[in-house]
Amino acid sequence: MSQTTKTIEVIHKPEFIQGNEFKFPIFQVLKQDGATYKGAKLPEMDQEEALKIYRTMVFTRVLDERMLAAQRQGRLSFYLQSTGEEGTVVGFAAALDDRDMIMAQYREQGALAYRGFSVDEFMNQLFGNELDYGKGRQMPIHYGSAKLNYMTISSPLATQIPQAAGYAYGQKLEGKGLCTVTVFGEGAASEGDFHAALNMASVHKVPVIFLCRNNGYAISTPSSEQFAADGIAPRALGYSMRAIRVDGNDVLAVYLATLAARKIAVEENEPVLIEAMTYRLAAHSSSDDPSGYRSKKEEDVWRAKDPIARMRNWLIKKKWWSEDEEKQLQDSMRQEVLDAMKKAEKRPPPPVESLVTDVYDEVTPQLHEQLEKLKMHVRKYPDAYPKSAGRMTHG
Amino acid sequence: MAKMNLLQAINNALDIAMAENEKVICFGEDVGVFGGVFRATSHLQEKYGRARCFNTPLVEQGIIGFANGLAAQGHMAVAEIQFADYIFPAFDQIVNESAKYRYRSGNLFDVGGLTIRTPYGGGISGGHYHSQSPEAYFAHTPGLKIVVPRNPYQAKGLLLSSIRDANPVVFFEPKRIYRASVGEVPEEDYELPLGKAEVLKEGSDITLLAWGAQMEYIEKAAEMAEKDGISCEIIDLRTILPWDVDTVANSVLKTGRLVISHEAPLTGGFAGEIAATIQERCFLYLESPIARVTGLDTPFPLVLEKEYLPDHLKIYEAIKQSVNF
Repeated sequence: MSQTTKTIEVIHKPEFIQGNEFKFPIFQVLKQDGATYKGAKLPEMDQEEALKIYRTMVFTRVLDERMLAAQRQGRLSFYLQSTGEEGTVVGFAAALDDRDMIMAQYREQGALAYRGFSVDEFMNQLFGNELDYGKGRQMPIHYGSAKLNYMTISSPLATQIPQAAGYAYGQKLEGKGLCTVTVFGEGAASEGDFHAALNMASVHKVPVIFLCRNNGYAISTPSSEQFAADGIAPRALGYSMRAIRVDGNDVLAVYLATLAARKIAVEENEPVLIEAMTYRLAAHSSSDDPSGYRSKKEEDVWRAKDPIARMRNWLIKKKWWSEDEEKQLQDSMRQEVLDAMKKAEKRPPPPVESLVTDVYDEVTPQLHEQLEKLKMHVRKYPDAYPKSAGRMTHG
Repeated sequence: MAKMNLLQAINNALDIAMAENEKVICFGEDVGVFGGVFRATSHLQEKYGRARCFNTPLVEQGIIGFANGLAAQGHMAVAEIQFADYIFPAFDQIVNESAKYRYRSGNLFDVGGLTIRTPYGGGISGGHYHSQSPEAYFAHTPGLKIVVPRNPYQAKGLLLSSIRDANPVVFFEPKRIYRASVGEVPEEDYELPLGKAEVLKEGSDITLLAWGAQMEYIEKAAEMAEKDGISCEIIDLRTILPWDVDTVANSVLKTGRLVISHEAPLTGGFAGEIAATIQERCFLYLESPIARVTGLDTPFPLVLEKEYLPDHLKIYEAIKQSVNF
């Protein structure tokens, strides 16, 4: 179809439109002390759901603390924390239908936990043992669950974003009233895949929610060196897509924004972009040291906006939560994580045969041959391959 | 049986696949009303609607990213990349995503329903951005299947198998013979096996191996050699990944000689892989070194493409050298 002709204003002097003149407002409902902003309408949420959201946020922070410690002790090869961003992640997950697909990046443990991924399932992946669904093939934190509609994480940044558009197109064709949510950082929004995805999704009208966690840093690169515009949200306008900017540390605001975005996606078959303004309080990963590129003072400003504390303050104000319950929760979760870690660590790794499965739907003759050769070699030098020697099937 | 050219055979295969299963979705640049620049998708939108056959924006990484997601969701995505030369913007999506979806998720998710169709190769005065043969880049990537048909009959049967195969397939179409190659093609549904080479002609002195448009030159060279009294065995590899080692090795055990020909440059070309494997399998049976007749290690030229291309005369010379070693 050609460009549609509309009555447009004609000018007779070269006047340019400045891209950054438009400033996106930011949507907030909760103050840090747990009070509600005047005029803000809170979601209709019962105590049970509110506490599920809160417990999930606390769980991921406990998990992050314990696993980072485990990494420092050399028990784990790598870890990525979501500290500071729990509000964004658990907030969006709570607003979805559990059958909606989530195609996340790597800092969205909270969404998976909210859907019911157990502490044992987390640990099996982190330690890559024989119970890991990914069969020990990917680095720690590359979770996935078909049962929970959570697409297995892939390391290359932004690749999941156009895939989400395609996935959502399939959902639309099947007419089941479901959508796909894809999550990424503001750094990933610089990749070509991001732009390709927004264009494909808006042209083909697919029920997808693009959720950007604008957490200030892409490893060490601050957002000021990542984009010149007013963040990521304005980019949606160029693709004729609706967008909202939300306080990512306000879990209830994220919840409300996602609920509204989902309605647009599912009922109108239109993509929506949400930009959640948050802050990566932790390092990028266990291999990173943020003291090399930002001040403690800057971090403290954001620590004062802690999303978990904000939610807790609200719950206490509503008398749905108390300091006693808090202490009990913290203690029991720490214990649960520790116990699960000890159990997962002891589990053996996947068998050597798993090296050649799932490359194709069936093992090819070449791969059979390569495996047999490898097994003969391992049998000859068992001491050099302790993970596999003695655990191989014959043949 | 009907007479079809290679494009019509591909169109016919797509038509059959779409009629049979509503989950088959075709898309790419200009594939909608227009039917693709080469008309491979003609009339499909008319028959199956805009939801199942549509134009995409000009964004190869978007097309394949979208196709990966659609296939992961359970549809059979048949994505067209207008020229194989333009597949590289989608390289990351193909090599890091399509190829590894099943493996990295431990078989929780896969994009087995994905087929990427793309015209490849020279001989059309297209210069370097409309003539490349990039199969070797993908051949280094476990998890993909790579298929190249040589004529209309093969194209239809192999494409139907590719669409229905439970793995992502890159289907390279020899565009030089899109219209030039005409043959009898059954109108009904049939499949040809992936991962299987085909012995076109048996012979005893030398094995000639190629795929796609190159088969025409191989056959021509064999005719010339036969006149010199050299008996040639001709094999069409058909699937480059995973390739049929046994058929090629058995042939070389018999003939003792092997000439491999492809359009892509020599260094790092797939002929090198075949030569290494066959040398391992057939070392004591080889009467002469395995010969490779390929394009030069240069970008694809425009005016001098006839000189660049590994034609029947170059293959004929390699046959004689091999036999007289």
